[in-house]
Amino acid sequence: MSSGAGHPHRHLYVDGSTGVHDLPPETKIVGLVAFVLLVAVTPRELVGAFAVDALALGATAVAARVPLRRLATRLGAIVPFIAFAVFLPFLGDGAQTSVVGLELSVDGLWAAWNIIAKATLGASAAILVTATTPVPDLLAGLSRLRLPSALVGIVSFMFRYLDLIVDQFSRMRRAMAARAHDPRWITQVRPIAASAGTLFVRTYERGERIHGAMLARGYSGRMPGPAPTPRGASHWVTALLPATISALGLLAWTIT
Amino acid sequence: MIVAMHAPDGFLEPSVALLTGLLSLSILAVAVRMSHDELGDRQVPLAGVAAAFIFAAQMVNFPVAAGTSGHLLGGALAAILLGPWVGVLVVTVVVVVQALVFADGGLTALGYNVLNMAIVPTFGGWAVFHWCRRILPANASGVVGASGVAAGTTVVLSAIAFSLEWLFGASAPVAFDTVFGAMVGVHVFIGIGEALITALVVSTVLATRPDLVAGAADLTPEARSTRPAIGRRPFVVGAVLASLFVAVVVSQFASGEPDGLERVATDEGFAQSAEEHGLADSAFADYATRGIDNEQLSLAVAGASGVTLTLVVGHGLASSRRRLRPGTQPAP
Repeated sequence: MSSGAGHPHRHLYVDGSTGVHDLPPETKIVGLVAFVLLVAVTPRELVGAFAVDALALGATAVAARVPLRRLATRLGAIVPFIAFAVFLPFLGDGAQTSVVGLELSVDGLWAAWNIIAKATLGASAAILVTATTPVPDLLAGLSRLRLPSALVGIVSFMFRYLDLIVDQFSRMRRAMAARAHDPRWITQVRPIAASAGTLFVRTYERGERIHGAMLARGYSGRMPGPAPTPRGASHWVTALLPATISALGLLAWTIT
Repeated sequence: MIVAMHAPDGFLEPSVALLTGLLSLSILAVAVRMSHDELGDRQVPLAGVAAAFIFAAQMVNFPVAAGTSGHLLGGALAAILLGPWVGVLVVTVVVVVQALVFADGGLTALGYNVLNMAIVPTFGGWAVFHWCRRILPANASGVVGASGVAAGTTVVLSAIAFSLEWLFGASAPVAFDTVFGAMVGVHVFIGIGEALITALVVSTVLATRPDLVAGAADLTPEARSTRPAIGRRPFVVGAVLASLFVAVVVSQFASGEPDGLERVATDEGFAQSAEEHGLADSAFADYATRGIDNEQLSLAVAGASGVTLTLVVGHGLASSRRRLRPGTQPAP
């Protein structure tokens, strides 16, 4: 998980008013998806194409003034897979090569490179988008991209109540700890599981109350969203710039 | 969580990502419609806070042993509490948000991540839950026991689903046997924790608001209020025995020698001979089948587990359709 206890999404957004921040969210989402798709289909041998991708992302990060340290911390989610990739050169069969005295599989090295490069680029691109777009804008963008309104609604409710529910659970845990219950073995899990069950009941009842309150305020199945940011062709061009660079890089290295 | 299932971009071949993506999308499209019938306009706020609950439950650390901790996956729990259609939407939302907003899992990996973490656990869990409900007594303890077995099984089903996808779209030279053995082996133990916690959560909800457990909608009020008669100890013993059984079965074909396999493959140059084999042209990625000394056996394992998985998840899909009739959902 990207963060421990507490507030999962408070530290996602890096405030700013750069050109990247001001792009309409839907163009950023499309740009992100296009970029990630291109990275995913790039053959692993085209190291140059991956370098171009990395440069495009780096330029975006600089333009958006997203600190590199922030980017690096949030990349923690892919660590388990990088750990897996590191073992691949030792497992692979076929041709072997000698790197600083170690016998490594060529195939395994390529596979490790493939996973590490694609995972890092894909995750960094997603992190850059969430670092420059507040979550409500992101949701408005998704809804303007014709994601079913039910799904957008579910996601926005999830975000609205996530902190609250996590807080509620940590209060229950703290109350347990204050009463000298600090379980260390799975056989002692009953009180925690029971409070999770209680939390579900409370959450559901909260949902019912929210729904009642919304009906009382004239809810008819659609939430009023923020006014759409005006968008033009230039926005699309800008947002698709990293993807375009990636596509050109892929093309250049495929031809040569 | 010991093994993260949020696979990043490029972890499986693009073809598998595309196929699983299409499969997941079509199931979700049905789910959006079905869950709307089920919850009506209450769908959005209720499913939203339920998604927040599952997300929160995944962040909560449960003690495992000597201070180490794991967390809930929640697929089966969501299906049992909310019904499979709403459940699958809720878990999918959690998985998608984790990828899009938290960079936890790749965007191009969403096809198989949603399949493994949302669709297989909810529908597979629902099917197992139903089978267990048929055997177990029709009261609260029956529901709790069935929840535990279903939750534990879904974790293993997810691991099997991932291994099968690896067979078709491996991006690294690790054989299917090795991945299957490691994934299923580890997840059998994770499944014990998942089973225990899910059963306890369901038991608590049954005790306070039994009407909120979709999987117990068919119980009469008297049967619902029967307090679980299964004690914790028999349950733990039963779970350990069941998982030991699965572990033994798994270890039979994963039988221990992945290192040996690799050595044999290197020594005898399987990479070359595999190309002459008929499999070289098949849909299987050459990585996953390369270096297997008994291709018949591991393909049989893959086939059998694939058929089982499809049957279980398919049964979940079918039976959830049948049970969609608005049950007893009294207004609070």
